[in-house]
Amino acid sequence: MTASAVRPAPIHAPDPQRLSHLARLESESIHIFRETVAEARKPVFLYSIGKDSSVMLHLALKAFYPAPPPFPFLHVASGWDFGDMIRHRDRMVAAHNLDLIVAHNAEAPAAGVDPFRTPTPEYTRLMLTEPLKQALTHHGFDAAFGGGRRDEEKARAKERIFSFRNAAHAWDPKAQRPELWSLYNGRLNPGESVRVFPLSNWTELDIWDYIRLENVPLVPLYLARKRRTVVRDGQILVVDDERMQWLNGETAEERLVRFRTLGCWPLSGAVESRADTLDSMIAEMLSSRTTERAGRMVDHDQSASMERKKAEGYF
Amino acid sequence: MTAIRLHPEHAEDVSDFLDRQARLPTLRFITCGSVDDGKSTLIGRLLHDSKALVEGQIETLAADSARHGTRGKDMDFALLVDGLAAEREQGITIDVAYRFFASPNRRYIVADCPGHEQYTRNMATGASTADLAVLLVDASRGLLQQTRRHAFIVSQLGIRQLVLAVNKMDLAGHSEARFRAIEADFRKFAATLGFADITAIPIIAPEGANIATRAPTLPWYKGPTLVEALETAETNTIANPDGPARLPVQWVNRPDSSFRGFAGQIASGTFHVGQKIRVLPAGRDTRIARILGPSGDLSEAIAGTSVTFTLADEVDVSRGDVLAGADRPADVADQFEATLIWMEEAPLYPGRPYWLKLGTRTVGATVTAIKQRIDMATLEPQPAKALNLNDIAVVTLALDRPIAFDPYSLSRLTGGFILIDRLSNATAGAGTVRYPLTRASTIRWQALDVSKATRAALNGQRPMLLWFTGLSGAGKSTIANLVEKKLHAMGKRTYLLDGDNVRHGLNRDLGFTEADRVENIRRIAEVGKLMVDAGLIVLTAFISPFRAERQLARDLQGKGEFVEIFIDTPLAEAERRDVKGLYARARAGEIRNFTGIDSPYEPPENPDLHIDTTQTTPEQAAEQIVAHILHDEIYEAWP
Repeated sequence: MTASAVRPAPIHAPDPQRLSHLARLESESIHIFRETVAEARKPVFLYSIGKDSSVMLHLALKAFYPAPPPFPFLHVASGWDFGDMIRHRDRMVAAHNLDLIVAHNAEAPAAGVDPFRTPTPEYTRLMLTEPLKQALTHHGFDAAFGGGRRDEEKARAKERIFSFRNAAHAWDPKAQRPELWSLYNGRLNPGESVRVFPLSNWTELDIWDYIRLENVPLVPLYLARKRRTVVRDGQILVVDDERMQWLNGETAEERLVRFRTLGCWPLSGAVESRADTLDSMIAEMLSSRTTERAGRMVDHDQSASMERKKAEGYF
Repeated sequence: MTAIRLHPEHAEDVSDFLDRQARLPTLRFITCGSVDDGKSTLIGRLLHDSKALVEGQIETLAADSARHGTRGKDMDFALLVDGLAAEREQGITIDVAYRFFASPNRRYIVADCPGHEQYTRNMATGASTADLAVLLVDASRGLLQQTRRHAFIVSQLGIRQLVLAVNKMDLAGHSEARFRAIEADFRKFAATLGFADITAIPIIAPEGANIATRAPTLPWYKGPTLVEALETAETNTIANPDGPARLPVQWVNRPDSSFRGFAGQIASGTFHVGQKIRVLPAGRDTRIARILGPSGDLSEAIAGTSVTFTLADEVDVSRGDVLAGADRPADVADQFEATLIWMEEAPLYPGRPYWLKLGTRTVGATVTAIKQRIDMATLEPQPAKALNLNDIAVVTLALDRPIAFDPYSLSRLTGGFILIDRLSNATAGAGTVRYPLTRASTIRWQALDVSKATRAALNGQRPMLLWFTGLSGAGKSTIANLVEKKLHAMGKRTYLLDGDNVRHGLNRDLGFTEADRVENIRRIAEVGKLMVDAGLIVLTAFISPFRAERQLARDLQGKGEFVEIFIDTPLAEAERRDVKGLYARARAGEIRNFTGIDSPYEPPENPDLHIDTTQTTPEQAAEQIVAHILHDEIYEAWP
């Protein structure tokens, strides 16, 4: 985006007297970014490198243009991230000169925690939630931007845009602050923080639509390619590196697959697909009848798991 | 509308489909009404009929229905929206849930609002961003108090389009007469609420009757289905492009010396490059040099757009200012009248200080008077000394400085505000501005050459306010008297404010209700401030039971000029001493609202001095306090 480039914004409505759906969402998100920066003492962007995070980064660059985003970017790396994700992250950091902080729990793997053998809820807590909380506390961040959307999941559908967290980073769904109009109350006592969700009102379709219209740079894992896979417990896993723990009789098979959501590679289920372009992928998504979180083993390990994880301090 | 969601099968069609999707308008609406009127079920049904549900959600719904459902073997659609564990267990809605669906013509964001009175604040949260409200009524029960309360809140929040969905028509024998009676009842009640459009629709939510398709069981109804009503409603009603031009400044963008931009989201109206604008509250005029929109420079920008302006002149603009079209500037005042919804357990008393956030500005504010509380059954005004949780009232507010705003009816985003508790930081209330009360431009503080510092220097001391707090009979006056004597002996100029010289004079019009206690302390704090300004060391000895008022007293004084001294005597000990015999009378019921007995005492969390009278004699306590003051006087930098 350059300030002098006047290009017809594709998301603008034919009727100049009213904002289109996407233009309205875009402006709302920018407003949320600016409001947080104006009120928080020390904000941070939780950068997960997925599609939502990528849209959020795009919006953050717009919100403060021509200044750079006035906050650091925190990536909680489990050590089992897809290689493509780390490469994409480093490309974006270099392209926009971002201030990147990588949080990682080095003690748990040394103690034998890994995504194959450790029960998933425990693995998630140790490798994602705990390092996140430690990094937030260590750096004294009082506001953290997350890419959560209300259409993702029933507990998120209930959450405020400014989601208050107590000193233990926990969410209390029964005591959320009223949030009227676009007036966000970011006032905090020492130790308290807010999680801020600029994409609260976006749907999965909005995200893809925006990526397509704005050419938002994206990790290639979202598009179908031939990848080395193995089917385990009904999920297609992509063997991303040599640390794969094989079961008896298992071998890698090439399949044409893509991902709808990304996480640690041993815990992310791929879908078989021929959609190797953004448009064909969106066409496939629109005719599919499963939710995007279905490929995320982190979520369907327990009922009401998202609410429980949020109460623990996960996003 | 049979299939709301389109399913383009081929990539070639996607481009057209998405371009159209991106350009669709969005209708934001709420469902509200009393508990058990079927709001969540209605939304679940709407999502189901619009094909917004996908496999995972239908499976989960079937499983959840079997486990927690209230509808036997049938799907319990409410479980689609009640997303919290506590909600599913109790079968109620606690907080607002936002759900999304679409038709070929528009996108929808629906907020399912809780019906319980206890969660009214969450209902108001959902309503504040809505273009339309679907108000549910149970046909077998008719209008309830909570139906009326929600209708009133919806109208106060400026929603002009209302659908009255008369649900559970099957339980009312599918009777047209019953439906018409409820409709007439509601229209009569709502006559003064300013709705531009009320559409009454008989429905049976679990069956989907008159939701997306017409109900054969209600053949006498010829009006629109709910979906038809939603399809034709007006969208984007909050940020009005035809309103007065307003940009509340969020953030000053200064990446280097060559660029100075003012960022914000246009709250109302339309701005164009070259337009003459006024910076408020200061009142300076300038012109817009550039408008940076989300995707580059714009010649014109409408309400709802996030922009960054650069200005033609070097004018002083900071966060919280409002850039307004010079032809139609906003009001500037430090007092206004508003309608207020109270959202906190702790009551609101006039005089208690809060933060007020309006647009992008946060200032100190107090409610100066409750003009009338509105009775939800009748909409009749009633007098009130305090506001309790969920009360709605017309009030006057005073701010600690002038700000720019508009009447809410003119511009929602520059006329709506929240009140924030100064200790807990909770959002305690939400209000809508009715009109300004003063033109603040006439008020100017006199800058005097003789100042607090010069007066203090003449007295040879550092002025301060020593605030003693503690239970009745804790020993506050005894210790304060000893401290004053010691200071006097050292040549310090002092004054002791206590019950005897304040209650009998300045505050003789006040009783002992919570509201009067708040006002009592406010006056003492203000008098204390004047005396500190006069250069004195002031001692106050009052129970001052509430943290909020002690915080007010602290906020009024300069930095380091307020010393909170907690005279800590346990209730049992104070009652045992009972120097004035008051505890005995309170226990006997002769004195009401007595602190410690039937009125609370909130002990200080971080007092500057904590005197435990079970361990310290009054003489020792006085020594300790004097030592603290002198230490401060010697070691702290005197401004």
